[in-house]
Amino acid sequence: MLPRVLSLGVRRGPLTRRPGTLRGGFSLGKVVDDRWYCGSGVRPTSGCVPFRTRNRAPHWQDSGSAWGRGYKYWEEKLSEIKKKIQSVLPGTSLHPLYDSSHLPPDHSDVVIVGGGVLGLSVAYWLKKLEKQRGALRVLVVERDLTYSQASSALSLGGIHQQFSLPENIHLSLFSASFLRNINEHLAVVDAPPLDLQFNPLGYLWLASEKDAAAMENNVKVQRQEGAKVCLMSPDQLRNKFPWINTEGVALASYGMEDEGWFDPWCLLQGLRRKVQSMGVLFCQGEVTRFVSSSDRMLTKNQKEVKLKRIYEVHVKMDNSVEYQPVECALVINAAGAWSAQIAALAGIGKGPPDTLQGTKLPVEPRKRYVYVWHCPQGPGLESPLVADTSGTYFRREGLGSNYLGGRSPTEEEEPDPENLEVDHDFFQDKVWPHLAQRVPAFETLKVQNAWAGYYDYNTFDQNGVVGPHPLVVNMFFATGFSGHGLQQAPGVGRAVAEMILEGRFQTINLDSFLFSRFYLGEKIQEDNII
Amino acid sequence: LSSPFSQSLRLVAPIGNRSTRGIHQLGGAVDPESSQKKRRTMLQYLSDHFYDVEFLRGYFLQNKMDKVHQKNRFRDKEWIRPDKYGHFSQEFWNFSEVPVEAVDASDCAINYEGLENLHLLKELQSLSLQRCPHMDDWCLSRLYPLADSLQELSLAGCPRISERGLACLHHLQNLRRLDISNLPSVSNPGLTQILVEEMLPNCKVVGVNLAEGLKLGPEEQPQDTDRPIPA
Repeated sequence: MLPRVLSLGVRRGPLTRRPGTLRGGFSLGKVVDDRWYCGSGVRPTSGCVPFRTRNRAPHWQDSGSAWGRGYKYWEEKLSEIKKKIQSVLPGTSLHPLYDSSHLPPDHSDVVIVGGGVLGLSVAYWLKKLEKQRGALRVLVVERDLTYSQASSALSLGGIHQQFSLPENIHLSLFSASFLRNINEHLAVVDAPPLDLQFNPLGYLWLASEKDAAAMENNVKVQRQEGAKVCLMSPDQLRNKFPWINTEGVALASYGMEDEGWFDPWCLLQGLRRKVQSMGVLFCQGEVTRFVSSSDRMLTKNQKEVKLKRIYEVHVKMDNSVEYQPVECALVINAAGAWSAQIAALAGIGKGPPDTLQGTKLPVEPRKRYVYVWHCPQGPGLESPLVADTSGTYFRREGLGSNYLGGRSPTEEEEPDPENLEVDHDFFQDKVWPHLAQRVPAFETLKVQNAWAGYYDYNTFDQNGVVGPHPLVVNMFFATGFSGHGLQQAPGVGRAVAEMILEGRFQTINLDSFLFSRFYLGEKIQEDNII
Repeated sequence: LSSPFSQSLRLVAPIGNRSTRGIHQLGGAVDPESSQKKRRTMLQYLSDHFYDVEFLRGYFLQNKMDKVHQKNRFRDKEWIRPDKYGHFSQEFWNFSEVPVEAVDASDCAINYEGLENLHLLKELQSLSLQRCPHMDDWCLSRLYPLADSLQELSLAGCPRISERGLACLHHLQNLRRLDISNLPSVSNPGLTQILVEEMLPNCKVVGVNLAEGLKLGPEEQPQDTDRPIPA
């Protein structure tokens, strides 16, 4: 700031100042960024890379001095001229010398960080529930539009209502009815209808002696909330599914309706197609910085608290230092396994521990393996997705005796989430013995394929985080669902959209999923997680 | 349904037989009580001697029979069908306690929500959903409450049903006949038929020609070039 004031003082006065040397304007070249900013404290690169400037004058320039007034006058004049030219030439950039079509727009009402199924679901419901057509400008920023590491694309695609929390049950029921009528929700003119390849065979959860009471309770809750689940004894299990070995199984719960598995890629592409037709902009880029303004407020107990508001998102392009500052009103964190990084950029968790400022977002990427094997004498066409007492699960795939399955590792066995390499020894040592014990036909099988994907694992209580952050008031979360994000995405998207547009949850009450529970220590533990 | 007239119906001759000879026998059948004998012989005596009395007696009896036939016109009939305007008769409401045995919903626009109505039919034995345009895999997963009674199911010609929906028919263990012909969305009809037969061992699965993929068409017959005369 000081060098600038000095350089201004050196010149003869406001009337002789040439417009070309003023901050911003039409010149290419260096632009000095001298706003107050909280954040990483690093100045943005200001080499000879041309980038757009902001039209808003910094607030400290509202001084009564001649320099301040004159400067502001020129700023306003310039922004007016810019606006006039923009209105005359709509859609063209102000820098006709280079192409900026790959950059996101300058302004957007809502910026959704993360283009997976949760982010797209929020975008869809925002556009669906907005009061006037075109009222909201939504931008979805996705780092990798090929979805090579996205949890949504690598998911098994299961949906079930056998949870212990009523909110989870309602979310799954809502999502099931969304998927059932998906061609009414996501219809786009002249596009072919979506075929989700839904398999309605249900989930079969097996419980040992010690878990049987908890399972019975859960089934009671599930039936109360409207899920169609039936309890089976080991004899009934053997009658219905003769290929199961019921040793060690005391009780089983079988979902009869609205449960099964589907193709998550189809849902992702369907949402993307629909959302693009509704006018949501997509951008391939990485969010590197949030610029926010802060306000100091006093609570009821006269304690000081700092509330932040993000007003700009810096989106960096792939393989370049070029970035675009996008002015925004709301930011939605739907970045899945990398949500914690995005939260840290906004300053969430920067503070002394055990305070609200110091509470980090407890979502971290956890690697999970999925194996595909072939077993000619395996369970028949009617086999559901079986979740064993040991945490192993498998389901049939297609007509050709292929099966998919895996197991969630224990805390000690957690693989390193650095990359998505598959550990085949894990199958040999930890998965196959349990499979063979539960289904004797699986003693002879041949692994055909395997892949790995990330869970956006919530280390606090393995349930999602939905809703605004108490201190960064315009950041909303839709993440942390630890493996059941895909099946709850339509419901969560609607909940976040309602929170934004109406101010409260209307269809399903997700108040217990807010961020503040991490600070208050209120765990909402979900038992049935695989 | 035990009708108080059931006994009389079995004895009653078909409608339209108004022969006088039958009336005296009928008269005996309708009032079997012997305390009425005196009155009967008086009536009998009168009708033997006066044609008018005979005619009146016949007329009243015929009216009674017509009423009974009208009340029981659905009994022993094959199907209750709508009339030419597509309406079902209001008399149908009187049979709300009678269990429905068979439902033919072919070519109907029944959908997922509509199938909920079938759950109330606890003794449904035969269900035909041929060529229903909105029947898909989600709908088939709604048929499990009929497992105790359903013996015959026909899904021929439904365009949206695939092998994934057919897999959830395994709940219907009492099924004896399943028709899965002409399902365009099933990817591999022959293999699906085999797997469904394995899944429902007591059921006869019809509709798929297993030799479909195996038979060669006439133009693909192996040509024997050595033969002078073509086959």
